[in-house]
Amino acid sequence: MAKNLLRNALRTCMRGGMLLSAVTFMAHGAKAQDGAADAQIERGRYLAIAGDCLACHTAPGGKPFAGGLDLKTPFGIITASNITSDRETGIGSWTLQQFDGAVRHGKSPTRYLYPAMPYTAYVKITDADLADLWAYIRTIPPVSNRVVANKLPFPYNIRALMIGWNMLFFNRSPFTPDTSKSAQVNRGAYLVEGLEHCGTCHTTKNAFGGDTRAAYQGTSLQGWYAPDLSNNTHTGLGGWSADDIVTYLRAGTNRHTAASGPMTETIENSTQHLTDADLQAIAAYFKSLPQRTVTVPTPLPPGNRQMMTGAREFVVQCSACHVSNGAGIANMIPTLQNNPAVNAPNPDSLINIVLRGTNGPVTAANPTGAAMPSFGWKLHDDQIAGILTYIRNSMGNAAPAVLASDVGRARKAIDAQQAVWH
Amino acid sequence: MKRRDVIKGGLVLMATSTLASIYKPAYSKTYVGGSGAWRATPPPPLSVVDGSRLVYLTADEARLVGAIFDVLIPADELGMGATEAGCVTFLDHQLAGPYGTAAKDYKLGPVVEGLPQQGPQSIMTPAEIYRKGLAEFEQAVHAKFDKSFTDLSEEQKIAFLKSIESGAIAFDTLKSDQFFVLLLQNVREGYLADPMYGGNRDMVGWKLVGFPGAIYDYRDWIVSKRGKKIDIHPISLLGRA
Amino acid sequence: MNYKRPKADVVIIGLGWSGSTMAEELTRAGLKVVAIERGAWRDTSTSFPTTRDPDELSGSVRKEILQAPVTETYTVRNKVGQTALPMRKYHNLTLGNNVGGAGTHWAGASWRWLPFDHQPYSHVMQRYGAGQLVDGLILQDWGVTYDDLEPFYDRFEKIAGTSGTAGVVNGQRQPGGNPFEGSRTAPYPTPALERSRANVLFAEAATRLGYHPFPVPSAMIGAPYKNALGLNLAPCTYCGYCQLYGCGNWSKSSPNICILPVLMQRPNFTVVTECEVIRINTTPDRKMATGVTFVDSDGNIGEQPADIVITATFTLDNTRLLLLSGISTPYDVASGQGVVGRAFTFQTLSWGFMFFENEYLNPFMNTGALATQIDDFNGDNFDHTGLGFIGGAGIQSLSNQGLPIGMAGLLPQGSPQWGKGWKQAFQKGYQNYAQIQGQGTSFAHREQFLDLDPTYKDRFGQPLLRITFDYNENDRRSGRFIRDKCVEIAREMGATQVGGDSFADRPYSGYTPWDSSHVQGGVVMGEDPRTSVQNRYQQNWDIPNLFVLGASSFPNNAGYNPTVAVGATTLWTATAIKDLYLKNPGPLVRL
Repeated sequence: MAKNLLRNALRTCMRGGMLLSAVTFMAHGAKAQDGAADAQIERGRYLAIAGDCLACHTAPGGKPFAGGLDLKTPFGIITASNITSDRETGIGSWTLQQFDGAVRHGKSPTRYLYPAMPYTAYVKITDADLADLWAYIRTIPPVSNRVVANKLPFPYNIRALMIGWNMLFFNRSPFTPDTSKSAQVNRGAYLVEGLEHCGTCHTTKNAFGGDTRAAYQGTSLQGWYAPDLSNNTHTGLGGWSADDIVTYLRAGTNRHTAASGPMTETIENSTQHLTDADLQAIAAYFKSLPQRTVTVPTPLPPGNRQMMTGAREFVVQCSACHVSNGAGIANMIPTLQNNPAVNAPNPDSLINIVLRGTNGPVTAANPTGAAMPSFGWKLHDDQIAGILTYIRNSMGNAAPAVLASDVGRARKAIDAQQAVWH
Repeated sequence: MKRRDVIKGGLVLMATSTLASIYKPAYSKTYVGGSGAWRATPPPPLSVVDGSRLVYLTADEARLVGAIFDVLIPADELGMGATEAGCVTFLDHQLAGPYGTAAKDYKLGPVVEGLPQQGPQSIMTPAEIYRKGLAEFEQAVHAKFDKSFTDLSEEQKIAFLKSIESGAIAFDTLKSDQFFVLLLQNVREGYLADPMYGGNRDMVGWKLVGFPGAIYDYRDWIVSKRGKKIDIHPISLLGRA
Repeated sequence: MNYKRPKADVVIIGLGWSGSTMAEELTRAGLKVVAIERGAWRDTSTSFPTTRDPDELSGSVRKEILQAPVTETYTVRNKVGQTALPMRKYHNLTLGNNVGGAGTHWAGASWRWLPFDHQPYSHVMQRYGAGQLVDGLILQDWGVTYDDLEPFYDRFEKIAGTSGTAGVVNGQRQPGGNPFEGSRTAPYPTPALERSRANVLFAEAATRLGYHPFPVPSAMIGAPYKNALGLNLAPCTYCGYCQLYGCGNWSKSSPNICILPVLMQRPNFTVVTECEVIRINTTPDRKMATGVTFVDSDGNIGEQPADIVITATFTLDNTRLLLLSGISTPYDVASGQGVVGRAFTFQTLSWGFMFFENEYLNPFMNTGALATQIDDFNGDNFDHTGLGFIGGAGIQSLSNQGLPIGMAGLLPQGSPQWGKGWKQAFQKGYQNYAQIQGQGTSFAHREQFLDLDPTYKDRFGQPLLRITFDYNENDRRSGRFIRDKCVEIAREMGATQVGGDSFADRPYSGYTPWDSSHVQGGVVMGEDPRTSVQNRYQQNWDIPNLFVLGASSFPNNAGYNPTVAVGATTLWTATAIKDLYLKNPGPLVRL
């Protein structure tokens, strides 16, 4: 028995024993191949993590990559497809060319894809990386799961519309290195614009869902405001060092903040698994973006009625975790002082977090996972509006007031609970 | 197999040789590492009791309890009395819930009287004790004064309660002094618990002693207010600051 | 219906401090570990968030976080010949009832025990001789010393983020700390908490009397801290909803925040919740444990086979499980033979109660262990010659209660308990009441023991555990001695009304207000199989793949809270399993 125990112990140790779910699964997905093929699959596995394919192509509680997650877009629900190697319901019968068509050109063998699949970003993927990715995807064990991909209402359910959309909004140009920038910045740009598809959430979309020119300047989607990543200290990453960015993407927390909402999953599933060199490259890229000037509003005076009630509510409801001066706890509880996310022109994320709470990021670098509880059941719209207005106009912040009606609309939109107290 | 069968069968000696391979019970949960963040089942949100109608006590019982409570915690210049503060509503809802049914108590027999240090052995629930205790209380009042407790003068009420507290006036079956202890405990609870439970109206009990209520952070005061008076309007769990 | 789970390398019964500490060690070593827990999963932001936590009624009054007597209780009698009766209502043994165990709601006092506490027999014999012991007292060494455990005390403190001021580091006295403590290799991971007003008055008075006050080390994190497992902990906010409450802001160390988030990332760890283990299974010859049998929430019986069985339940339940499973020899009070249930101890509490005239003690600003203590009369830190007892107490100003329902009866002597007079007395008393606790040692006695109750059963029909306990003469003598010290300091603090009490002067009861919850022993570790159930590694003498963790292993109780000593002995045993047992399974101590 002892031999057994010891052997088990050693075996698990060698496996690593502490890998996260996605990685564990992916490791199992790879079949034994010869050395070169193994290396290619391994590279592809890494790229799949960078591209966070798992996040959309796996339904809650479903088999990995077997599809079925409903993506709620402004145009209706699009369901992610089954990309396992099942020949009937997955992509087991595809060729590399067909895979390329879907990933980089938005066209499967039978139909046009919707840009919920970020082919507008993936078009930047190099041929070599695409081949590696395909080598890995082919090793995913088949899962039979037929997905009804298109639940859009008319006219968006007409896939042929995408031909016109692509003409207007799909920039098919591949990634072109900027020779005036370092190799590191170019590597960062390649990852950010391509596989990591940061702009999918962080770049403002036009009425048709196409990117505007306001790259990485933040935008609202599904009840969340993906914050400004541009180089300004008021609402963007201007005040963050490259190390802050790296730490955030690896741990989900840093000395300023903790991830919340959809970014939590992106970090857990994707960015925490990137190599240090790639994280440094991403940081270098963001730090290389041009300085952007934003107009900083004048904060509301402390005597403002909302400010006064907000200040009182803050002490009672918020200070236990965020500290009475808003300083927070490094790597755990976000500071509210001089916080760009607090200054966001659009308070959607702030309202969402207060109403429903948010899970903290759980990463190998910081497994703490300190979460914020929901306050929607406890606080009324005007209380939440007062607290947020106070935070947004004190502690070094300045941003437009939040109205009770904003909170009320959000409460309805994200289906948050009504307050129980009258 | 149903739970009652297990109990009946005395599973202690039951063999476990005939085992099915995998079975997933309804409530027991298995959490496997590496499968993401684990979250508990959220408890239902807190809510405020509805004091507009009685849920356990009868109207007569509520009147009697109110009269007793107002002697135990009277209205005066330090604040409102127990009934006005909602202590009867508080008790009514407590008796209708798990407290009233003593849901957490060990109730298996044999039930025998023990030494005082062995603790209470009765398996009567608070709800049962109030039903019987209030009736016996009123009988004892009638036996002495030939009227209801609510009709006694303030001095008579105080004197009567003192003789209940000491056990000098006995009830038919219940121990009068123990019933008094329960009354006193519950009226204090009603006067001092969070207002969402029906009592402590306007946080009158907290204001009496200067208790700040549902505050979760005293870091700014632990040193700066050490030994000093703190003037703060208390806050209830579901209240507004 | 019955079922069998896949075999594990290790099954751990109970996922409190000991269980999760052990699970972390063994999963990190690569073993496949299954924990079986009677309660449900609990996490901070869902189960006790700040949005609902500050509620005295559901917390310390209705005690909703505790394991209820309906789930399991104990019967109690003071001596052989009496009929033991069940504790039907919530009693002083504040039992954990969830993943995290009592480590979720505990008060948080985080002590390393004195070197004396680990070797009381050797120490007393050397300094005083057998004549110091009252008749019937059981005194024995643990088989493991403070020096053996020091690295594990240190490690556990760095898991828990313990706050405190060191008194002795590498043999050097440190200002402000406990001069009597065993030498540490490192200071506390986080700084001591700020003192309450009552703590300050105590410290000043104790200093004037020539004693050595120091802050009680605690689970309330003193500053932001990344613990030994890489988990972040936040600083305590003195909210006062502490003992009998889960902590809503990651500032009271608990398995839930200090260990479980790391454990839950490991694929070789599984916890099965809401399942109650009813028996440890053994081979027919009782030479090896084969796993455990449990009842799930549907009343079905499951079996979890494993190569190693580790019991990490509450102290009393550890004893009960061994008795129910027929493992090792039960203690027989008549003959004094047998070991399971023997060497059962409680604690000997003494108090000084006091009221001031015009203070603002602001009692609501507190923690479960906001205390300043002197150890001048603890353990064997003072000369007992001629005193007729051994041991003593940690004497502390304890600011752990400021919630109004709990304080409504704490009034100066002669005050009315109701009516207008009560309102006046309560208004004044609330800001002017302070207390000094003497948390006293307890040494085992041949007439104090645990066995199975002949009459009362649990909900599954299994016998309850029976406690036969009363204070012995050593307790009474030490209790009065400590009470007088408490009163002496209370007077020096300037209180206008001072009272004292020694609980050992009355028969033991599980319902005495302000009493200890620390029962210990029953499955003690030691050097001799005739007087201990397990060897110095908490390994069963008869069954080498069975380890029982917790304060049930301690043959004597200290003038301290037990949690950190439990953590240290658990880590000590985990290391023995990893470094010794896995390489060469079998008895780790051969006689």
